[in-house]
Amino acid sequence: MTAVTTDPKVDKPDGVRSTGTGDARRRLPRIPDRIRQGGLPYLLLLPAVLLELLIHIIPMIIGIVMSFRQLTQFFINNWGGAPWSGLDNYRIAVDFDAPIGEALLHSFLVTCVFTFFAVGLAWLFGITAAIMLQESFRGRGFLRAVFLVPYALPVYAAVITWAFMFQRDNGLVNHVLHDQLGLTDQPSFWLIGDNSIYALIIVSVWKGWPFAFLMLMAGLQNIPRELYEAASIDGAGIWQQIRRITLPSLRPVNQVLVLVLFLWTFNDFNTPYVLFGKSAPESADLISIHIYQSSFVTWNFGSGSAMSVLLLLFLLVVTAVYLFFTSRGRKGADA
Amino acid sequence: MRHLRAAAAVTLAMSVAAGVTGCGGGTSSAGGSNESPKTLTYWASNQGPSIEADKKILTPELKKFEKETGIKVKLEVVPWADLLNRILAATTSGQGPDVLNIGNTWSASLQATGALLPWDDKNFEAIGGRDRFIDSAVASAGKEGEPPAAVPLYSLSYALYYNKKMFADAGISTPPATWEQLVTDGKKLSKDGKWALGAEGANLSNNIHQAFALGQQHGADFFDEQGKADFTSDGAVAAVKQYVDFMAKDKIIAPGNAEYAQNQSLTDFAKGRTAMVLWQAAATTFAAQGMKPEDWGVAPVPVPSGAPGTGKQTNSMVAGINMAVFKNTKNIDGAKKFVKFMTSDDEQKILCKTYGSIPPVKAAQSDAAFSAPELKVLRDTLATSAAPLPQVPNESQFETAVGTAVKELFADAAAGTPVTTESVKARLEKAQQTMQQ
Repeated sequence: MTAVTTDPKVDKPDGVRSTGTGDARRRLPRIPDRIRQGGLPYLLLLPAVLLELLIHIIPMIIGIVMSFRQLTQFFINNWGGAPWSGLDNYRIAVDFDAPIGEALLHSFLVTCVFTFFAVGLAWLFGITAAIMLQESFRGRGFLRAVFLVPYALPVYAAVITWAFMFQRDNGLVNHVLHDQLGLTDQPSFWLIGDNSIYALIIVSVWKGWPFAFLMLMAGLQNIPRELYEAASIDGAGIWQQIRRITLPSLRPVNQVLVLVLFLWTFNDFNTPYVLFGKSAPESADLISIHIYQSSFVTWNFGSGSAMSVLLLLFLLVVTAVYLFFTSRGRKGADA
Repeated sequence: MRHLRAAAAVTLAMSVAAGVTGCGGGTSSAGGSNESPKTLTYWASNQGPSIEADKKILTPELKKFEKETGIKVKLEVVPWADLLNRILAATTSGQGPDVLNIGNTWSASLQATGALLPWDDKNFEAIGGRDRFIDSAVASAGKEGEPPAAVPLYSLSYALYYNKKMFADAGISTPPATWEQLVTDGKKLSKDGKWALGAEGANLSNNIHQAFALGQQHGADFFDEQGKADFTSDGAVAAVKQYVDFMAKDKIIAPGNAEYAQNQSLTDFAKGRTAMVLWQAAATTFAAQGMKPEDWGVAPVPVPSGAPGTGKQTNSMVAGINMAVFKNTKNIDGAKKFVKFMTSDDEQKILCKTYGSIPPVKAAQSDAAFSAPELKVLRDTLATSAAPLPQVPNESQFETAVGTAVKELFADAAAGTPVTTESVKARLEKAQQTMQQ
């Protein structure tokens, strides 16, 4: 566990220009001119491209091919020989009047709601904590370290602990809410039924906000103190300073942060799987578990792959649109 | 610049989202060979209290086999939760063990993949013949009318465990033999924060096991003769409703049991919080929880009336572990020898005694150890009143669909939402619709 330092050499967030490379360039020994001038950049990129191909691109293409096949338990032994099913898997997935499509749509909507609240709250806690810890005070280093604990813990161990705490009869949550504070008439269920979504959001926020805190804290280091001093001389209050200086200056950090949090949260598999097992309650039926169930529990890998591809397309579109719109306002921030 | 950004955005999104697609794959050869006659890889399912314990139990036996045949067996004990996915991965990639354990309820599903060696008469002959095994155990090793995909290794069935002291305190002298008696006794036992019956409401497999046995008693099979799902028959609806009603209507199961999925009901029983539990071979768990053998008794799972038997008097599914051989093994003769060794009378006695299960091999059952009260009930149930779960290729789907329906009905019952014939039927209807035929 390391406390975060205020090292000015911390990585600059996306959007902050790096200095030119011309000054630092030195002659590289023992590399023929031809390679150095034409091929070196590609040579340097090669390992990353190969790994990207092996780890992401090729499995993704295989997944896409699988989505056009009728890949059930009858063919997994020789899945290259599974019959082509054209667009059938996609038709079934998007037929929202039929049970499979209806369940997928429900799961998608649950995931949207979950992501909205989980990301929103994680960001809110992150920014609040980062701003509160911006000023130096006694114990700041300790608090920063403590705030990062959820981010440092192994996910499985952390979530299983939450699962114990959410148990109805012996869990800490009901012990506090019901036994000690008397806020509920009877102990509530958190891992089954309608409350499950709250449990999921709570755990996800607890897990996600330290990352937001870390990124935003790094971003805050880059805001010149003089801006705040000038603003307070001009009579700006704390809220005005946050609205007019802090948030606009953090824009590039937030742009990346929200995107990454969105993608992580939308695809989160570990949290619901550890909390609920392979069959999540309806109110917390996230799409990641839903697709896992369609593939690995019901052994219909073609259908599961089609759902995955649809999810991929959705995330691609959302990400592209998000980046397009957030980039438009960047020129001012880049200056 | 904008194009670059768009390209970067697309690349980033593809990279991140790619994590949700894709699976490995490959093919496996159609038949076994004897390329590596001196080695075997064996995936054993975790049967004992821990992986390490299993290794300790199995290693001496494997050494014995090595001494007899000269074949070295490389053992890997696989946790239960990982086993099915590991098998799927092995089936898909063709990179698996030579011999493995499977949950017997998966037999027909795995049989459908074509990856496992079919145990036709010739193969059965190589391990001493099909007649050595009890019929119900062989019936749980694959689809009817086809050569089994596996050989029974350890068998189990359900029994009713009851707390003698709690029964005596409530003035009940004998364990209930019918469901009506169980509810009557249960109402006497459910008081002062204690409850009559434990359940694992969020455990899909356990829900299926209970619903299936009750379904048999109501004349329901959950699948028709063509193998199509039939979850909404009157019998199936009545069976599921009867099980959930123990909590919803009869109030003999604690509402908290609706979220149990990790054997908490056994802890409750061992701690004297519930008086009865329906389980397979629970003795070792009770002992581990500090309960003395004399504190609990065991009886057959209740039936609607009369004594347990076949058909409507069925009171358990055939539980257990089967042993299968991957078709693409490079030591087919050695694999068969190993199966023969593990299902030999002597090994069956040793292993089943250790694990507290019943040998599916008839000759091994004669050992005195299997006549102890608990094992005798399990053994008799297995021999006379247990039926295998539907041996259909989409059994795994059935477990998930109906198991989830029961879980949701328990959640309703626990939350005080009425559980009616209509609401049960609606849940089962939904489960049936999700079964992709």
